[in-house]
Amino acid sequence: MSEIKVSGLRHVYSADTPFEKIAIDNVNVEIPHGQLVGLIGHTGSGKSTFIQHLNGLLVPSSGTVLVDSVNINGDKAAARDVRFKVGLVFQYPEYQLFEETVYADIAFGPKNMKLTESEIDERVREAAALVGVGEELFERSPLELSGGQKRRVAIAGVIAMRPGVLILDEPTAGLDPAGCQRILETICDYREKTGSTVVIVSHSMDDVARIADRLIVFNHGSIRFDGTPEEVFSNPKELSDIGLSVPAPTQIASALREQGVEIEGSVYTTEQLLAALLKLKKEVGRNA
Amino acid sequence: MLKDITLGQYFPGDTVAHRLDPRTKLLLVIIYIVGLFNANGWASYAFVILITALSMAISKIKPKSALKGLKPLVIIIILTAVLNIFYTGGTPIIEGWIITWEGIARAVMMSLRIILLIVGTFMLTYTTSPIALTDGLEIMLNPLKKIKIPVHEMSMMMSMALRFIPTLIEETDKIMSAQKARGADFDSGNLFQRAKALLPILVPLFVSAFRRADELAVAMESRCYHGGKGRTRMKQLRMQGIDAWALLLGAAFLAVIFVMKRFGL
Repeated sequence: MSEIKVSGLRHVYSADTPFEKIAIDNVNVEIPHGQLVGLIGHTGSGKSTFIQHLNGLLVPSSGTVLVDSVNINGDKAAARDVRFKVGLVFQYPEYQLFEETVYADIAFGPKNMKLTESEIDERVREAAALVGVGEELFERSPLELSGGQKRRVAIAGVIAMRPGVLILDEPTAGLDPAGCQRILETICDYREKTGSTVVIVSHSMDDVARIADRLIVFNHGSIRFDGTPEEVFSNPKELSDIGLSVPAPTQIASALREQGVEIEGSVYTTEQLLAALLKLKKEVGRNA
Repeated sequence: MLKDITLGQYFPGDTVAHRLDPRTKLLLVIIYIVGLFNANGWASYAFVILITALSMAISKIKPKSALKGLKPLVIIIILTAVLNIFYTGGTPIIEGWIITWEGIARAVMMSLRIILLIVGTFMLTYTTSPIALTDGLEIMLNPLKKIKIPVHEMSMMMSMALRFIPTLIEETDKIMSAQKARGADFDSGNLFQRAKALLPILVPLFVSAFRRADELAVAMESRCYHGGKGRTRMKQLRMQGIDAWALLLGAAFLAVIFVMKRFGL
């Protein structure tokens, strides 16, 4: 359980060189604890740069990041503490596995927290169970596992630190639909069990729309939209202008509306679309 | 932070220096080095510096970026200077000291020589893309094929190595961030602890380097690459008028240096 407050954040890469590039500019966000936020934007919109500020990996060119009212770039101790408080799962996290066994790899984070042996053991087992990595895999080399398993081990390595905020950068990239589903379920499980704040970075609207309480849309390094999925998806034209599309069910609903079919309420998941269509069918049956 | 390494970086541009044939530039650098090592007096050093400054102006290199290239070698330059100051005999500055006027003069000359050497070669990599450079080198070394030296394979390996340096640097950066996010600490502890802390970076880096090498080999094979035999180029290197002029100027430069040496300048 942690809250994040970002104000006036700006980051410039390669300052004072010919390659200077403003990655993000004037970003102001407050994320209360327990919220599940979807961070959306196309490649190069600054979303990856943004999340690396939340756990102090990148230091802002100007602006502040407060986690639980502590300025994370204040001093060295704060910068290190925040690494454990805000767990960051990078894109393709399976490429950071390095230990000889799955168990040792998941234990790397807790070990860095200087916990006792028994505490580490407890956390490793808990995290592994949460992501669905069986104990029979503990003594295997992480490099022998399948792609989906590797990714779950890598996510377990971050979850084992029990971060109050869990940030995942494109957690479903390159997985098959079943694998995507499992990862998203794992994330929801973790949030339910621990009440943590979760931030998921994605460029796939369909995935995030289903589970997020709130969507933040990045474009050219600043926030373009910020609100509930319903609010954000009510701007389909603006979204497509910045290279994003609304979820498929929303597209179908608006196409039907254009044809004169009256679909009520907002629709952005398959379930909502189904419900709206069934209701319609009932009404049509009654009228006939 | 790792991205700031500029050693041997190529900056695209459209100056005369960029348009020269890579072979010409390689020859010019050799001429430059020979000239530099034959400069023994203050006058000839001044001449070399003048020529260097002129070439830098022609290829539009900012002095700032050239100096940045010197950064990694500052220690070597200082060490050379210090050794020369103390180990050169002659008349002492003050009676009884081991520091001599000759020593100081030598130290300055030696440091200048190293700096000019680096700046000179820096100009080559600054104005020539790695691909053009290895192509030029391969053609120049072609005669060695007669004595069964695998010139093509060697230059192919070189261009691949150059091609993957930025990729691997980027990869290292990413892995470092990922391990830092799991609380890895690279900046504290004694030497042994620090070396051990590198393990979480090196293992994934090696794994991915091998994976990349594998993928690259498959990609090359599926495009029917089978070594240099009978291979043609998309971009044929061709010497132009400016190349002849540049080489002529290079020869003139060398001549001036040797004349100056003859007169002890």
